[in-house]
Amino acid sequence: MLLLVFLAGPILWAFHASFTNAALTGRNARSPAWVGLENYARLFADPVLPLSLGLTVLFVGGSAILGQNILGLSIAVLMRRASRSVSAVVGTAVVAAWVLPEIVAAFAAYAYFSRDGTLNQLLAGLGVGQPDWLYSFPMVAIILANVWRGTAFSMLVYRAALDDVPGEVTEAAVMDGAGGWQRLAYVTLPMIRGSIATNLMLVTLQTLAVFTLIWVMTAGGPSNASTTLPVLAYQEAFKFGDIGYGTAVASVLILIGVVFGAAYIRLLRDPKP
Amino acid sequence: MRRRALKITSLIASAAFALAACSPASPEAETKTLKVVYQKTNSFTALDDMFKAAKAEFEAAHQGVTVELEPIQADDADYGTKLALALRSPSTAPDVFYEDTFKVRSDVDAGYLLKLDSHLQEWKDWDSFDDGAKAAGLGDDGGTYAVPVGTDTRAIWYNKKVLSAAGVSVPWEPRTWQDILDTARKIKANDPSVVPFNMYAGKGTGEGTVMQSFYELLYGTGSELYDADAKKWVVGSTGFTDSLAFLKTLYDEKLAVSPAEALDANVWKKVFGEWLPQGKMGATVEGSYSPSFWQKGGSYEWPGYEQDMGVAAFPTQKGQAPGGVSMSGGWTLAIGAGTKDPDLAFDFLSTALNQKNSLAFNIASSQIAVRKDVAADSGYQAANPFVKDVSELVSVTRYRPATADYPRISAAVQEATEAVITGARSPEQAAADYDTAVKGIVGEDKTVRK
Repeated sequence: MLLLVFLAGPILWAFHASFTNAALTGRNARSPAWVGLENYARLFADPVLPLSLGLTVLFVGGSAILGQNILGLSIAVLMRRASRSVSAVVGTAVVAAWVLPEIVAAFAAYAYFSRDGTLNQLLAGLGVGQPDWLYSFPMVAIILANVWRGTAFSMLVYRAALDDVPGEVTEAAVMDGAGGWQRLAYVTLPMIRGSIATNLMLVTLQTLAVFTLIWVMTAGGPSNASTTLPVLAYQEAFKFGDIGYGTAVASVLILIGVVFGAAYIRLLRDPKP
Repeated sequence: MRRRALKITSLIASAAFALAACSPASPEAETKTLKVVYQKTNSFTALDDMFKAAKAEFEAAHQGVTVELEPIQADDADYGTKLALALRSPSTAPDVFYEDTFKVRSDVDAGYLLKLDSHLQEWKDWDSFDDGAKAAGLGDDGGTYAVPVGTDTRAIWYNKKVLSAAGVSVPWEPRTWQDILDTARKIKANDPSVVPFNMYAGKGTGEGTVMQSFYELLYGTGSELYDADAKKWVVGSTGFTDSLAFLKTLYDEKLAVSPAEALDANVWKKVFGEWLPQGKMGATVEGSYSPSFWQKGGSYEWPGYEQDMGVAAFPTQKGQAPGGVSMSGGWTLAIGAGTKDPDLAFDFLSTALNQKNSLAFNIASSQIAVRKDVAADSGYQAANPFVKDVSELVSVTRYRPATADYPRISAAVQEATEAVITGARSPEQAAADYDTAVKGIVGEDKTVRK
């Protein structure tokens, strides 16, 4: 009950605010008025929205669904085969990025990708071109940064799941002459399907809400080239003081989260045909 | 069923109780407290010093009153957001706070600020404030809601060594935009590794882009952003396009920093901390507070800045009257509309801004004094060799149209500059985009074509 109040309260407040012209300052701050769907009408007419939606999907798809998820699974599988010391070193390195506070990780990533940053110094050592990542390829930089930061979570989920796969099933598959790839595709993956769906859901929702990382690295720029929905909502609500419009953006974000969540829940429930 | 309802009720009750216990300032408390909110950053501690001095002075004179100083660590934009959030709720609203002049009007509209007229009448120091500066605290109803602590102007700051090396005679006094380009090209020809003439552009530097760059250009064309008499926003002006075209020339010819550097929100740190002191930049347009970074105790101490740097007024487009352009902002102290004890809050405000504290603050932060007795003080005049020059720019300075729509308009201008310097749009296209954006923000009936 309490959980519901604390969770649903702010969400309902946001939905409510998105139908008003509430503002941080000016006349509308004193007496916000009900404006109905005006904010949404304005939002759907705004050319930034399609761009921002596309970038959000790209960011979530690239960094969470593909990046963190697949890399996390690969590391988990490989670590089972690796020697104890190698797996300890890799595990520590991956988890280290994850336990850093987001703001620290964001500045580390900024330092890494900036023009005179670590990455370009490495590239200079190799004699390759050194693009200005945050300016020329902002989405690539923030996707890589988020993969770096978030992979540990998926890795831990998959390590636990793989440990739960009974040894005799794998042995039986080996007896039947299944190679490594076949074992993975026909035995292991189907058995951890539940963990895959859970993990996808969690990393998707986490990544949808990523703000600090992007704000520190690119602040949504240049020219909105990395303005995902959370960045857009923040800009509207706080930089321009337009709370009503900002919460309308946030409401769209929440709806996307709900759609993703529902899709994964279906994936969890339906047995594979 | 009934038992469950009881359980839920008791849960809610205990949660409510827990929340109530967290709320500050229980009414029984005997001692009075004043909450003071202001901005503090690593490179800006002068205000913190001023409030600490004021707190000691005030508490000694008022037994039983505690002043709670709550500095907010944030840059200007974030400070404004955090302050606005605090002001929204009576339980978090401060009694006395540091307020940007260009937010005064819209915050008065929002009902956040206390009208100070009756208090000011009884405060004899009020007569020593400059009349022009007093206007910064006016609300739309003609009442005064805030007391200025200092103001600023914008000028060209140039490195004499770099200009001399390129064969430009100093003191340098550009009369037209063409003079700037000519000089910049000379510097470039002399040493291609030097950034000849920097002007901020793009959204990375935020309000700095318009205050320290675009408006110096726009107001020098004879055009303006906002027609204050008609209360309408100007669209379709050739001055706007010309200003963008000038920025395009600077960036296209690599006379300013690279577009990628310009879009980095931290570029100003390099301007003050590296490029100017190291002789890697010819000139930049910046505020009168610039020496505060270089003087002793500043974030980028530079012992030789007094000899090496020069200051010049930003010229008008073709040298037309009044011959120079500057922009002013500045900050004020205000009192929260919901303060429990307005008299006490005003007492603290007047202590913080008395002659002694104002003098120390204006010197430490390289602000232009708004008190005539501070401006006349020999210590203030000797604080840095540029005080006189930048103070004179007050005669040609402009202020931003501080309506509630302004932050969005400013962002649209920043976007236009960004589109031009990155080559995404031509000056004409970017100006047309701006016009569309303005009409979308304020409505077509609040725009005027001229």
